[in-house]
Amino acid sequence: MSPKEIEYRTPSTNWQTLAFWEGCGRGELVLQRCQDCGIVQHRPRGLCASCLSSSLDHFVASGRAKVHTFTITHQNGMPAFRDACPYVLAYVDLEEGPRLMTHIVGCAPESVFIDMAVRADFVITDKDLGIPRFVPA
Amino acid sequence: MSLSGNVAIAGAYEHPTRWAPDKSESLIMAECARGALEDAGLELSDVDGLFAASMSMGIMGVANLAEYLNIKPRYLDGTNIGGSSFVAHVSHAAAAIHAGLCEVALVLYGSTAASNAMAIGTGLGGGGGDPEAAFIAPYGMTTVGSYAMVAQRHAHLYGTRPEQLAEIAVTMRRHASLNPEAKMQKLITVDDVLESRIISTPLHLLDCCIISDGGGALIVTSLERARDLAKTPVVLQGCGEAVCHQEIGAPDLLTIAAKQSGEQAFAMAGMSHDEVDLCTIYDSFTITLLVTLENLGFCKPGEGGAFVGGGRIGLGGALPVNPDGGGLSSNHPGMRGIFLVIEAVRQLRGGLGPRQVEGAEVALVHGTGGTLGSLHSGATLLLSRD
Ligand SMILES: [Zn+2]
Repeated sequence: MSPKEIEYRTPSTNWQTLAFWEGCGRGELVLQRCQDCGIVQHRPRGLCASCLSSSLDHFVASGRAKVHTFTITHQNGMPAFRDACPYVLAYVDLEEGPRLMTHIVGCAPESVFIDMAVRADFVITDKDLGIPRFVPA
Repeated sequence: MSLSGNVAIAGAYEHPTRWAPDKSESLIMAECARGALEDAGLELSDVDGLFAASMSMGIMGVANLAEYLNIKPRYLDGTNIGGSSFVAHVSHAAAAIHAGLCEVALVLYGSTAASNAMAIGTGLGGGGGDPEAAFIAPYGMTTVGSYAMVAQRHAHLYGTRPEQLAEIAVTMRRHASLNPEAKMQKLITVDDVLESRIISTPLHLLDCCIISDGGGALIVTSLERARDLAKTPVVLQGCGEAVCHQEIGAPDLLTIAAKQSGEQAFAMAGMSHDEVDLCTIYDSFTITLLVTLENLGFCKPGEGGAFVGGGRIGLGGALPVNPDGGGLSSNHPGMRGIFLVIEAVRQLRGGLGPRQVEGAEVALVHGTGGTLGSLHSGATLLLSRD
């Protein structure tokens, strides 16, 4: 029996993180850049965690990334994930710098490798928000 | 006067239970308090500092525990940074004692993780309404999974093999077979580990700690007072704490909290690695122990796989680690840090029979709390026999 697709819930948001999840709902990876020190940060925050400035911009990232590390999850007792095992939990390094936790989908779990080129793909949830996953580029 | 060399652990007690469905966390902690006070030769009324954490203690948790014990301490600390909490409590207690804010500190832990059927390692992820957690929640990161991603990265960069990780589990089991209170006594081989089912690649079932009930207690006091008590004092020489997280997006996953906390502990103690006779290191998973040894500086980054082979970390080896069998084989009631300190104290006092590290004078303790690949804490102690 092949594993069940993971059913992603609508992400919980606040004003600091809403731009990211709304971007995912449009099929875009939206990142924060500090207007004062220029640093790109993830996860999004209400201020810059490098210089504490409150002046933050958002921009659309390329969605291109490389697998930093991963694990094929064979056991998770939580109902939302139990029947989806095995699934690939991963960190991917975005071209723009930050790393995201994600799932790698669209390929056999055992074909995933570190440094593999991947691109963002989105599952749209309620409220026009989205969840980013990555697929082979 | 320096903190180093002036505060001691005067009492230590490990609850013998591994299965306690008839008890509560508070009762286990209270029974442990009784055991540690008896060990030290002190009374409950001598306690004026209370330090505790558990899987369920939240706001007012340590105050509620004071009520259960019917004590009114003048110093309270409910720091909860996961499994390393109790290692940190020892250094917090030492600082408080050194500053004159309390004199006899009781450190407690108790858990019914096993009899509550708690899926400690494989039950995380999925939801919750916390926007701060929303960047992790959708992905079903289990505790094992976060450590497994560190293991995968280590294997990629350094060629670390599953056989090398398995060697750690085999060594811990051999130690447990010499500890009558250990939950898992039957010897295992590297093949047994590799043939056990995969939980989260590259980690197998036998790369993962067991789940048990249990608890423990420590009494910390000034060295001066400890010298008048029942047992040989175990002196705090150095300590350190650290936290590692996702920073603003791209931390080095193989540089763990042990690096910062270990460097501070060694510097404070003025000690070098070759003075350490044994280690007790949190072995939630085999990879935890391996990267901790690297980050503490016992070997270089990437050399951990070779370092743990050839019997080096076994009893009789150059650096015995976890002579009690650790979390992989002795006990693991949720947050194991207190047992790391207890076993170090027992070893430094001596007389443990077949699992005694001969001539043990100095022990290093390192606890890890949380999820190694995403958010974790670390706390290190350097302890010596008075
Ligand atoms: Zn800035």
